[in-house]
Amino acid sequence: MGRITLDKVRKAFGDVEVIPPLDLTIDDGEFVVFVGPSGCGKSTLLRLIAGLEDVSGGQIRIDGNDATMVPPAKRGLAMVFQSYALYPHMSVRKNIAFPMRMAGIDQAEQDRRIESAAKALNLTDYLDRRPGQLSGGQRQRVAIGRAIVREPAAFLFDEPLSNLDAALRHGMRLEISELHKRLDTTMIYVTHDQVEAMTMADKIVVLQAGVIEQVGSPLELYRKPRNAFVAGFIGSPTMNMLTGEDAAKRGADTIGIRPEHVTISTTDGTWKGTVGVAEHLGSDTFLHIHPDSDPSKTMTVRVDGEFTAHHGDTVWLTPQEEHIHKFDAQGLRIK
Amino acid sequence: MARAVTNQRKALNTALAWIVGLAIFFPILWTILTSFKTEADAIANPPILFAFDWTLENYSEVMERSNYGRFLSNSILIAGGSTILGIIIAVPAAWSMAFVPSRRTKDILLWMLSTKMLPAVGVLYPIYLLCIRLGVLDNRLAMVVILMLINLPIIVWMLYTYFKEIPGEILEAARMDGASLKEEILYVLTPMAIPGIASTLLLNFILAWNEAFWTLNLTSVDAAPLTQFIASYSSPEGLFFAKLSAASTMAIAPILILGWFSQKQLVRGLTFGAVK
Amino acid sequence: MATQHSRSAARIMMAPAVFLLLVWMLVPLCMTLWFSVRDFRPLRGGDLGFVGLENFGRFVSSSAFWPAVATTLVIVGGVLLISIVLGVMLAILLDQPMWGQGVVRILVIAPFFVMPTVSALVWKNMFMDPVNGVFSYIWQFFGADPVVWLSEMPVFSIIMIVSWQWLPFATLILLTAIQSLDSEQLEAAEMDGAGPLSRFGFITLPHLSRAITIVILIQTIFLLAVFAEIFVTTGGAFGTRTLTYLIYQRVLESQNVGLGSAGGVYAIILANIVAIFLMRIVGKNLDK
Repeated sequence: MGRITLDKVRKAFGDVEVIPPLDLTIDDGEFVVFVGPSGCGKSTLLRLIAGLEDVSGGQIRIDGNDATMVPPAKRGLAMVFQSYALYPHMSVRKNIAFPMRMAGIDQAEQDRRIESAAKALNLTDYLDRRPGQLSGGQRQRVAIGRAIVREPAAFLFDEPLSNLDAALRHGMRLEISELHKRLDTTMIYVTHDQVEAMTMADKIVVLQAGVIEQVGSPLELYRKPRNAFVAGFIGSPTMNMLTGEDAAKRGADTIGIRPEHVTISTTDGTWKGTVGVAEHLGSDTFLHIHPDSDPSKTMTVRVDGEFTAHHGDTVWLTPQEEHIHKFDAQGLRIK
Repeated sequence: MARAVTNQRKALNTALAWIVGLAIFFPILWTILTSFKTEADAIANPPILFAFDWTLENYSEVMERSNYGRFLSNSILIAGGSTILGIIIAVPAAWSMAFVPSRRTKDILLWMLSTKMLPAVGVLYPIYLLCIRLGVLDNRLAMVVILMLINLPIIVWMLYTYFKEIPGEILEAARMDGASLKEEILYVLTPMAIPGIASTLLLNFILAWNEAFWTLNLTSVDAAPLTQFIASYSSPEGLFFAKLSAASTMAIAPILILGWFSQKQLVRGLTFGAVK
Repeated sequence: MATQHSRSAARIMMAPAVFLLLVWMLVPLCMTLWFSVRDFRPLRGGDLGFVGLENFGRFVSSSAFWPAVATTLVIVGGVLLISIVLGVMLAILLDQPMWGQGVVRILVIAPFFVMPTVSALVWKNMFMDPVNGVFSYIWQFFGADPVVWLSEMPVFSIIMIVSWQWLPFATLILLTAIQSLDSEQLEAAEMDGAGPLSRFGFITLPHLSRAITIVILIQTIFLLAVFAEIFVTTGGAFGTRTLTYLIYQRVLESQNVGLGSAGGVYAIILANIVAIFLMRIVGKNLDK
């Protein structure tokens, strides 16, 4: 069980309000990702839920019970920290056992849970090593192991993959997703990486300056961003934003078109431009094109990997009208 | 990348450094050597470096005459007691400042430092008077407390800089894992801080051992540590070089050995973390 | 960043240390201030009443005051000069690749661990004794007349003893600072055509300036309080009476507590002027 409700939760450090009153409900078993640029308050929000920070106002409920004043250990939540926060002076086994030791769980049960966690996380051979002797990915697994054995109501992850290199990060992403499927426990995951958010989440919470910009499934956010900020933040490469005549013609202040929703042609189209840089990823190619109307701007277009274009080539671009996002002067989506 | 250095250049460095090092160390070496000489050999002209009749006579004579054991036990008690007491008081304080910093933490740290800068001579008479009034002049316990207070700012500072290097996330993890404050300090912080605590102990033991203002002014017989023991040689016994050397060697040998282990910590402890 | 619970725990855990130091500082300080405005001579009638700032005037106008100030400045300045200049040279030398670096380091650092009374006595008797001291043999060896160090050049002798004790401290800190210098900076300077002297002047020395400042400030505070070295060598005779020693004599030897306390107040003010600069540097470092 792990249904977490935030009711008008706010946080201020001194006179600075980092999180204005905020409401959010996280359902049992959901994988929720808090995503946003650095300094948006996503980590603070997680720490409020964990109990590592006091809320300045509002209420946090876990499974319907008021947990606002409950100390962190009593909330039944487990956390995986960005730096893993393993105890360097304890072996892997002792690290994983620590929360159970604190809870006074008997030795036989401790051993059973350690064995099963170690098996699930491929740590069986490393149980007697110290964290200092492990690789980054293994340390990450130990931190997860330490969280699993507590059988918590919810897992909290604070940017857990940001210290890993790209290849490992992808692997761990899959492992955490699989873990979620297997345990079916609530997970709250903080990241600044929208790719992690899109690939792992059931529900994404986009934050900016302590304010929730939008809550929704990855595809909802991708298809119907509520405002220009979410539109620019979700999706890679980022959405092309156009203002001026092109926008006014469609009754908007700003229009956005994703790189994958632009058709390219060497003969004709809506906008004429010059190819700047072509990034060949193999499966896809991203072209950065300077429109002739304003060569200081860049538009990104996603084309097939086999498409050949060179620096200086002239091309025509045509947006797919049904995929154009329109925003008003406040940046809000126009229906 | 360190570059390859020619052996010739390295040999030159080595020779120069050893000459300078030995010159600086020479007074200590000379004292130790002289302590094994007869009084006649000690003032022989020209001086004899090694080729003398080695004897332990000076040591036995010094110990017989001056009740060396009492001075030594006082030194150990005062230096050890003040250090341990200081650590017990400083660990919780340093924990608070390192892991729960408030806006005033910096001011408190600097204020503690400023008490260390207070010239002892400026408060000599008040302390002297208080000791008389409280009947603790020449009292070992009073010396333990006074030396503890003198070194407390350094102990707090050293522990603070060591604790600062322990990531706060680990303590938060312990809190999430259900550790109480006591368990957090006992099972997580202290084991991780043991190297730092040990070096703090070591350096402050040395500083207390060598303290020579309060120990000279507030002790005479009962609580007198080795600093007094040596000062009593200032004359005329000081002219008996071999005995002076034996007494000196006994006073500095234990601390030299400890000191060599704590070179690195010395920098941190005495610069308040300002040079790393 | 913490919860209310840990903040109140922190305050309680800090209390003993703060309270003890507060008492340790305030009580004697207030007493010194109190005595400094009273004519207090325990052996000659005790507390003879309030005298205003008279003690402060008398302390400064006594014939011993200015010589003591001069002696203090010469000793502090001399030791600083010797320990910094030699300290920089030694630190650079010890930073070079060599065989037995660890052992040399130990040899150089050793004097710092020697009890002040021991080093003063060893130097006074075994090195500076005009008849049997090591120096007298050396002087004789070269056919010179032995010097009666502690009466012919007493201040210089004390500077020598104290420098010997503090040179290791300066060297160790400067060595630590030199080792933190990024060697790529030196290599870049070399690629830019800087010779060894320019590299020292433009890269190493500026890098060391902070460490040198810290050494100067810390040593000044300790050197102003030098006591044991004078106590066991000259006992303040032959013009080696520093401000600290003068106050000590007024208070404990002639038991003129009022006058000595006024001197104590001067010493506190003097030390605080130095301490303010030191605390600024340390404080800045805390913010990082």
